[in-house]
Amino acid sequence: MNELTLTFLRLGFLVLMWVLVFSIVGAMRRDLAVGRRNKTGAPTPRQVRKNPELAEPPARQQAHHLVVVEGPLAGTSMPLGESPILLGRAQEATLVLEDDYASGRHARLFPQGSRWFIEDLGSTNGTYLADRQLTRAQPVELNAPIRIGKTVIELRP
Amino acid sequence: MSAVEAAARPRRNIELVLLVLALVVGIGANAMTSINQGLSLGNDFWMQSAIMAVASLAVHIALRFRAKYADPLILPIVVALNGLGVAMIHRLDTASTPVADYGDVQARWTVVGMALAIGVILFLKDHRMLRRFTYISLILSAVLLVLPLVPGITAGDVNGAQVWIRIGPASFQPGEVAKITIGIFFAGYLSTNRDLILLAGRRLGKLQLPRFRDLGPMIVAWLASIGILIFQHDLGMSILFFGIFISMIYVATSRASWAILGIVLMFLGAMASSEIFPHIRLRIDGWINAFDPEVFGRQYGGSYQIVQGLFGMANGGLIGTGMGQGRPDLVPFAHSDMIIAAFGEELGLVGLFAIVVLYALLVTRGMRAAIGARDAFGKLLACGLSAGIGLQCFVVMGGVTRLIPLTGLTTPFLAAGGSSLLANWIIAALILVISNAARRPIDTTPLGPDETPAAIPPSSAPSAHRGGPAETTKTQVVKQQ
Repeated sequence: MNELTLTFLRLGFLVLMWVLVFSIVGAMRRDLAVGRRNKTGAPTPRQVRKNPELAEPPARQQAHHLVVVEGPLAGTSMPLGESPILLGRAQEATLVLEDDYASGRHARLFPQGSRWFIEDLGSTNGTYLADRQLTRAQPVELNAPIRIGKTVIELRP
Repeated sequence: MSAVEAAARPRRNIELVLLVLALVVGIGANAMTSINQGLSLGNDFWMQSAIMAVASLAVHIALRFRAKYADPLILPIVVALNGLGVAMIHRLDTASTPVADYGDVQARWTVVGMALAIGVILFLKDHRMLRRFTYISLILSAVLLVLPLVPGITAGDVNGAQVWIRIGPASFQPGEVAKITIGIFFAGYLSTNRDLILLAGRRLGKLQLPRFRDLGPMIVAWLASIGILIFQHDLGMSILFFGIFISMIYVATSRASWAILGIVLMFLGAMASSEIFPHIRLRIDGWINAFDPEVFGRQYGGSYQIVQGLFGMANGGLIGTGMGQGRPDLVPFAHSDMIIAAFGEELGLVGLFAIVVLYALLVTRGMRAAIGARDAFGKLLACGLSAGIGLQCFVVMGGVTRLIPLTGLTTPFLAAGGSSLLANWIIAALILVISNAARRPIDTTPLGPDETPAAIPPSSAPSAHRGGPAETTKTQVVKQQ
């Protein structure tokens, strides 16, 4: 093989190495979107057409406020936006519960479709939705009491 | 446990595409050597490439069956690095007289390593199982670290360090495996006792001191790493263990003060040991005064190796001499400790940086698995193992490029050495298993109106550490296009 081909092959190999690097970076780019809304549950229009039961239930009155009705923070109210809400004693929680019976990162309220869901984050004392202990994420109806330690929270329109 | 979520997709096809690309890089490097030297690609080349491709595809298929949601990028990165390593070792074999066969040995160990990785993926359904072996791991690590000192199976003093054992014709470096067991121990211990270490104990000014008994096992581990240094003369391994220890305690407690304290301790230890041990003093002298003719020509502990490596990399320049065109064989131990210098010479700065970036990506993928993991043990284990890989790369590359004194550590996946390759493949498999658990979707769909949530027996009070509902949540594949 002549000198020119060899030089091209040599440079080509270096390019190939970087092609590998950049394809890996390209493949992980999607994964770096940290904390973006999780789309696993939302069915695509095509899936809805195929199985109609997946369609969202008709729009109901939406929750726009979170109100603490019992516990040390009773009376506190906060508006609900688009982002999930972390409940717990930890300082990074959206609503910092000053409740000795709550865990640092106790539970999470998150919107999906037109509804809000509550999910226990492995708390020590558990989270109760209408006096039932949560075992997985469940939708929260308006005015349904969510009990965390000594605090009771409700969603209001 | 974590607010970080990514859309759950297996992404195994992306892994397959990247894997093929990685194989092309690895096998291409091997082919380039022969092409550049004007040789034809022999049967050996095709045979070995085929074995390598089949073995890595086997790992891929194992992932498809058992760890569908595992990170799709780890396997291609590891295969590319391993392939490049085998190619470079082959290339160095052709330069030595008489022709050595480190390359074939390395290729054989690669297959064994991949087989072990498949074993881990197939038999370790859940990484949390390893947590049961927390204290067994501590004992195992201690035994593994002491083995090279036991008369009868010790391989004696090899290149200034006593880290090898020899059983019959086979020799093995147990310290490499100890890296994994010590990681399991730290992860298990810290995930259980994190709160105690954090909160119980006296406060000294701004520094919260843990109670002595909570830190007892950690101090044993620290003493072990100092012990390696004193009795086995292995500075690199000692730094690696201590680094894993510090990074894990930092991640577990998020107290920067302890990490700083640990690093200060490490510097003090290194300084004290350079005063006490002549071989470490020589290493440091060879690092600072590398270009001194007297140091360069010294019989033992001189800087000949480092300086030859630097000359080689200078010869390679920006784009390198091309595989098979340089003289990396002039560097002692070019196939193991100094393989980075060999790559610097033949692939140049551009190629070397690609390798560095591959390592960086591998470490970030490990950390990503740690962020996504839903249990403290998995988080700490993935974090510790990938921090170990990162630290090992830093120590080796820093040594070769004369940023820090050269210490005898292997470059993960690249350097010749069966035990290192085996251990690193097991680490890769462990990170894959943890990332599978991290990326697997949790069922968050609402219960139907008639369904009642599964009752929790009152005795199993859920707690973040003992596998409460967050950890044992029923998982099922969410319907996705």
